[in-house]
Amino acid sequence: MSARGEAPAALAHFVSDAPFDPYSIEALSPEQERYYAASQWRMMWWRFCRHRLALWSALLLGALYLSIAVSELLAPYDLHSRHSHFVHAPPQEVRLFHEGSFVGPYVHPLRYELDMDTFKREYHEDTSRVQRVRFLCRGDAYEFWGLFEGDFHLVCPPRDGTLFLLGTDRLGRDLLSRIIYGARISLTVGLVGIAVSFLIGLVLGGLAGYYGGWVDATVQWLIEIIRSFPELPLWMALSAALPVTWSPIGVFFGITIILGLIDWTGLARAVRSKLLALREEDFCTAAILMGARPGRVIARHLLPNFMSHLIASATLSIPAMILGETALSFLGLGLRPPVTSWGVLLSEAQNINAVALYPWLMLPVVPVIVVVLAFNFMGDGLRDAADPYKTG
Amino acid sequence: MLVYFVRRVLVMIPTLLIVSALVFVIIQLPEGDYLSAHVAELEAQGERVSAEKIEFLRRHYGLDRTPLEQYLHWLLGMLQGDFGFSYEYNLPVTEVVGDRLFLSFLLSFATILFTWVVAFPIGVYSATHQYSVADHSLTFIGFLGLATPNFLLALVLLYFANVLFGTSIGGLMDPQYIDQPMSFAKFLSVLEHLWIPVVVIGTAGTAGMIRRLRANLLDELQKQYVVTARAKGLPPTRLLLKYPLRMALNPFIADIGNLLPQVVSGAAIVSVVLSLPTTGPMLLQALQNQDTYLAGSFLMFLSALTVVGMFLSDVALAALDPRIRLEGGVQR
Repeated sequence: MSARGEAPAALAHFVSDAPFDPYSIEALSPEQERYYAASQWRMMWWRFCRHRLALWSALLLGALYLSIAVSELLAPYDLHSRHSHFVHAPPQEVRLFHEGSFVGPYVHPLRYELDMDTFKREYHEDTSRVQRVRFLCRGDAYEFWGLFEGDFHLVCPPRDGTLFLLGTDRLGRDLLSRIIYGARISLTVGLVGIAVSFLIGLVLGGLAGYYGGWVDATVQWLIEIIRSFPELPLWMALSAALPVTWSPIGVFFGITIILGLIDWTGLARAVRSKLLALREEDFCTAAILMGARPGRVIARHLLPNFMSHLIASATLSIPAMILGETALSFLGLGLRPPVTSWGVLLSEAQNINAVALYPWLMLPVVPVIVVVLAFNFMGDGLRDAADPYKTG
Repeated sequence: MLVYFVRRVLVMIPTLLIVSALVFVIIQLPEGDYLSAHVAELEAQGERVSAEKIEFLRRHYGLDRTPLEQYLHWLLGMLQGDFGFSYEYNLPVTEVVGDRLFLSFLLSFATILFTWVVAFPIGVYSATHQYSVADHSLTFIGFLGLATPNFLLALVLLYFANVLFGTSIGGLMDPQYIDQPMSFAKFLSVLEHLWIPVVVIGTAGTAGMIRRLRANLLDELQKQYVVTARAKGLPPTRLLLKYPLRMALNPFIADIGNLLPQVVSGAAIVSVVLSLPTTGPMLLQALQNQDTYLAGSFLMFLSALTVVGMFLSDVALAALDPRIRLEGGVQR
């Protein structure tokens, strides 16, 4: 290499010794490489992570669904344990400091009095006594998923004390424990229902979109008819038709299937319109020419193209199912005790007395709202992520 | 336009036929019929019912006929304005239902009006002030409205209306006006009670409508004609009202079809909670008592209401939006 200081006239023709790589301009940095080589699902994941609210909602829902598996451990009391001395007790407050010194989480015991003027039960905290909350302890006995017996809890009431963090109902059952157990039913209703509606929507929408013609016209008409029914009265009619003799679990599946039977129309429409466009594509013709049967063409070649969209829209319709179950149970047409769902719990708060005297009976509405919101946000995020190649 | 109109009407007829058949099947699904339930109830109370009487009643109510015959009888009756006979009330269905249907209709109408009146300014505001604090908080409130179960909201509002304004609990008017002829005071009392169900039923629909209007308007605001108009110096408000807003208005008309089933559903449950004298509570009772014709006629009315509503919204949309005129016709 020649130095700059020499006479310009003597500037030699410069030839780099390095081997010439004509593609150097197109070379990618490792980050770019990673981005361009990423699979579709990976890109969706990245895009989903960009939607903060959706990510947090997904985490929250994940945690809630995990909690279903271990409801027995999380709940301080058993689902059915009654405390006849503490009927309609208000929520107890957990305190940390007693008379200026730190004692750890504790509650004051409740004292019960009947107001002889109004005949209203009144509970007072006995602030002189301190009862410490126990952790990782033995409490109410339960049958873990009906499989084996246990009595281990994460949190237990103090020895010879009570721990009603959200108050009790008319039989003196701990509301918090019942909400935790209720999640089991309420959260699975949506999933089972959506599975039913997904199946029907895929099959009917797929048939309509693939074959077109009179099949399409018939399915469209069917959708039109079902959509012209007001949802709730139809649910009411169908669930009134469930035999009274069915076991609670049977009723549960009956209700979810009813919810699913009416919900599939939106999904079928989406599938149909996408299929109508996609079946004209070359890859579809190629598959048909190579002898693939309609079922294979639909399932292997067409559906994967917009599966992500379908999942997103399915997520968005789960909240409607959860609300539907809540409404039906509230009316007494849905699930019945001893099956405990959030709707069943809310049906206790049915009259104006509950609102006026025992407002904590309305607390099961909080998880309902949280779950419905979380599903909505997550669905929004999924919908945005479903098409990762779209910019913006 | 006329061809489209006629075709749309013709499609409605088979739809309503199928709906009526479905309704009848669903109502007949539970085991037994009204009479067996009624007899069981009487026997539970310790009354003895003779076999001849049961047989007589069965024939009297037409329950001895096959379901198909019953259905055809009901269908033909409906065409002539005879909706059958309510076992429970021992009256023709039309007499039992009359007033309640009117109130249901009033409630639905008021709710849709409320939805429009609230959704319109909020939707426009959030679209023109995208990502502002107000937009975010309004969106969040909308979501909350979507997520809260109707019936609970109804209870809470009812309680506070009672505590704060002294509105009597339940019903659609103060007790002393029930069975009174219509008067100005009664009308005021109805208004005083009507707002709770209207607000409660309207919230979910309003939230959805706001989101759609906002999205549509945002799409329109980015288009070039808006930029052009702005560059030419058109005042912002005038520009907004004259061009993009008109384009974004479609959901208000197109959504009557979606809104109606939602409103009717919401009305059904909310009126049970608030014990409004509308169709909801009576439908629930009729379903539980297997009062076939009463329940069937209710479901039929509600479905017909939505079918006709969808028809009207389709026609209005075709009349207002030249882009979707005629060639769409029947969906294919």
